[in-house]
Amino acid sequence: MARKLNLRIWRGDSTNGGLQDVVVEANDGEVVLDVIHRVQATQMGDLAVRWNCKAGKCGSCSMEINGKPRLACMTQVSAYGDDETITVTPLRAFPVIKDLVTDVSFNYRKAMEIPAYSHPENLKPGEARMEQVDVERSQEFRKCIECFLCQDTCHVIRDHEVNKKSFAGPRFFIRIAELDMHPLDTLKNRKKTAQEEHGLGMCNITKCCTEVCPEHIRITDNAIIPMKERVVDEKYDPIRWLGSKIRKREGIV
Amino acid sequence: MTNLEKYKYDVVVIGAGGAGLRAAVEARESGLSVAIICKSLFGKAHTVMAEGGAAASMGNVNSGDNWMVHFRDTMRGGKFLNHYRMAELHAKESPDRIWELEVWGALFDRTKEGKISQRNFGGHEYPRLAHVGDRTGLELIRTMQQRIVALQQQDARDHGNAESHMKVFSELTVTEIIKENGKVAGVYGYWRESGSEVLFDAKSVIIATGGVGKTFKITSNSWEGTGDGHALALRAGANLVDMEFLQFHPTGMVWPPSVRGILVTESVRGEGGILTNNVGERFMFKYIPEVFKNIYADNEAEADRWYLDQDNNRRPPELLPRDEVARAINSEVKAGRGTEHGGVFLDVSKRLSAEVIKKRLPSMWHQFYELAGVDITKEAMEVGPTCHYVMGGVEVEPDTAAAIGVPGLFAAGEVAGGMHGSNRLGGNSLSDLLVFGRRAGMGASEYAKKNGENPVSDAAIKAAAARIEAPFSRTGGENAYSLHAELQEITHNLVGIIRTGSELQEAIEKIAAIRARSANIAVAGDRKFNPGFHLAFDLDNMLLVAESTAKSAILREESRGGHTRDDFPGMNNKWRQVNHISSFDGDKVSVRAQALLPIPKELFDLFDIHELEKYMTPEEITKGGSN
Repeated sequence: MARKLNLRIWRGDSTNGGLQDVVVEANDGEVVLDVIHRVQATQMGDLAVRWNCKAGKCGSCSMEINGKPRLACMTQVSAYGDDETITVTPLRAFPVIKDLVTDVSFNYRKAMEIPAYSHPENLKPGEARMEQVDVERSQEFRKCIECFLCQDTCHVIRDHEVNKKSFAGPRFFIRIAELDMHPLDTLKNRKKTAQEEHGLGMCNITKCCTEVCPEHIRITDNAIIPMKERVVDEKYDPIRWLGSKIRKREGIV
Repeated sequence: MTNLEKYKYDVVVIGAGGAGLRAAVEARESGLSVAIICKSLFGKAHTVMAEGGAAASMGNVNSGDNWMVHFRDTMRGGKFLNHYRMAELHAKESPDRIWELEVWGALFDRTKEGKISQRNFGGHEYPRLAHVGDRTGLELIRTMQQRIVALQQQDARDHGNAESHMKVFSELTVTEIIKENGKVAGVYGYWRESGSEVLFDAKSVIIATGGVGKTFKITSNSWEGTGDGHALALRAGANLVDMEFLQFHPTGMVWPPSVRGILVTESVRGEGGILTNNVGERFMFKYIPEVFKNIYADNEAEADRWYLDQDNNRRPPELLPRDEVARAINSEVKAGRGTEHGGVFLDVSKRLSAEVIKKRLPSMWHQFYELAGVDITKEAMEVGPTCHYVMGGVEVEPDTAAAIGVPGLFAAGEVAGGMHGSNRLGGNSLSDLLVFGRRAGMGASEYAKKNGENPVSDAAIKAAAARIEAPFSRTGGENAYSLHAELQEITHNLVGIIRTGSELQEAIEKIAAIRARSANIAVAGDRKFNPGFHLAFDLDNMLLVAESTAKSAILREESRGGHTRDDFPGMNNKWRQVNHISSFDGDKVSVRAQALLPIPKELFDLFDIHELEKYMTPEEITKGGSN
């Protein structure tokens, strides 16, 4: 059954912009991205919005819906009341390009700063043997669709632009955790660099990132907290500290 | 044109899905400079949607598997219309391409011995698909995306700049492949963000743009599947082969309307899902074609036993190749035995526990729960056919992926034709894009090393720029969104799963009429991130694809794989010897027949002669393959 929906869309660019009200038809079972597309096709041909798969698998249509970071393709219109106005705005943590599209290049720069996977030199293609239970730890983090909603919601960068330089954000903490827990990765000290170079210490585990993750990755519990605990162990355990000094080892795995 | 943004690269790759990224890795590793151009953000390509897995005869689960069995399955699936050499290379090289991904950090699901696990899929004789739950495509994209980053980090160490030798140009649309002196010279396009134009001088160009699904109304494809590479290749003078073959995936979601077409992975059936109609009949037993009778069970008891003992039972008919299942569902719905929303039921809840379903099919559970309010651990899904994959594509040399007729142009992945014949087996596309992505990277690098620069002329730049400006100079013309919707209606109704000669003729005329009107598209707003402007160019591409498909389909007077003619229902061995070649003269697409290359003796001999008799003419059988 079709009904009229009040939609409020942020339109503008990096110089100025504001909310515009439109009334658009919404049908049973439709998601917010559907009604945005209808606005685009019938009322605002040049309304900018990113999207690709429309099935929650690519992480392109990230935006804020009534102030909450969400994927527009996975947000049912029926989740809101019949008389409720739905307000869609661009991700707040990133600079606006136009309308609902933001410049997310920050994330690609951070990706470049994380050292890549390092395969054991003597292990030839096809020779790897791993237990399912061991790959599952990293697989959880590899479910990430890079929608960057966790980055958007994280108050370390959302409210403090200045932190962007020294803080990689939850997306890249799970990337580091994934490599750290990879059964074959040979690079040492991933946790230590997470702490010292990527700002792991700035996270005060409010779990906002976990709450917005459309893939339900337990970012805080399974990636950030275990890494923080291990970093603390290594730093403050006196026996480990002594051991590392005596044997001059490069960190402890 | 003094302010035109210009770049110079040895190899330019158009498309950053699996094939494009694999090609880029290969070209960079051979020492060349590489530009990767994508319409979306880096890592969002349609490859992420691939769920089931990548087919490779590693033999980890059943040691009876090898490249020859995989080759046979691929040829059978394609009804012997495949380019034999592509199918051969693909079957032989897939295992190495999968293992190589592990060296780059991929984490596939494991067997008990710790090897890469492999799952069953339609048309594959053995468990063959390397997988990661039901998000295998995402794993491939991420692994190669991270491999690209690793190579850039190496460049940063060696040259002081991560982007000195390989750069990703995100959200950039290519409108033209430019040739000079009969050879590829560069590509021209615009930034989606600003609308400003860009020229890339290139020694060689690889097209890896994926599919054409957005030409159709119900599709599993994302917005990017607008046939850009097909159209770019045609306009550059290359050929498309067998564009009549479209794969309608049998199981797309049918409800709610907003998700209509979105894929329900074949793994649901691989893991034991059964198809029933609205009277509870498991109908697939009625639709086993003669050529498959010896390998598919004709009764429920045997089909059910297969899940426990695959050596002594025939496979359930739910696992027939996709074209067969799609047609069967179509027939059931047409006969009035469909569901309320025009599909059939797919149920996995009766065979597997809730826990196992959530473990093996996590995205499916998620997708139905969040988008349709259906808990697939308790109830059946409603599914129906959706336009999923185009078998047809750029005609290429198998070994180098070079586009025939255009020196310096290469194509790999879905945009290339020939590999899958008239129907692709599930799982063969992820391995296809790895095998031929690498080969295109090698082919393009070799060409770039042998050929010097080929500068782009001012005249070519002017022509390309004029084409981009045109829609802005018109006012009050056609609306690109409405024309696109009209085109989708035509293809859906007249060039869809079931076709007839008269409807195809009507389609050809109607498509031409839309093309005439599209020359008058006007765009509202300015160039800055303007979807209406972007669609104008996508639509141009889709119109060429639709024309090529309709004109190829009307010529093929038989039903085979992804081409079903109501007026010519059977498969006709005479037509197996024919490929349809589309070319473009700047005004219209023409299609001609071309003889298919005969299968060489050593590959011919891999088959049982009685099986070949079902596909080949007596003369071909007597000849016994070419030497």
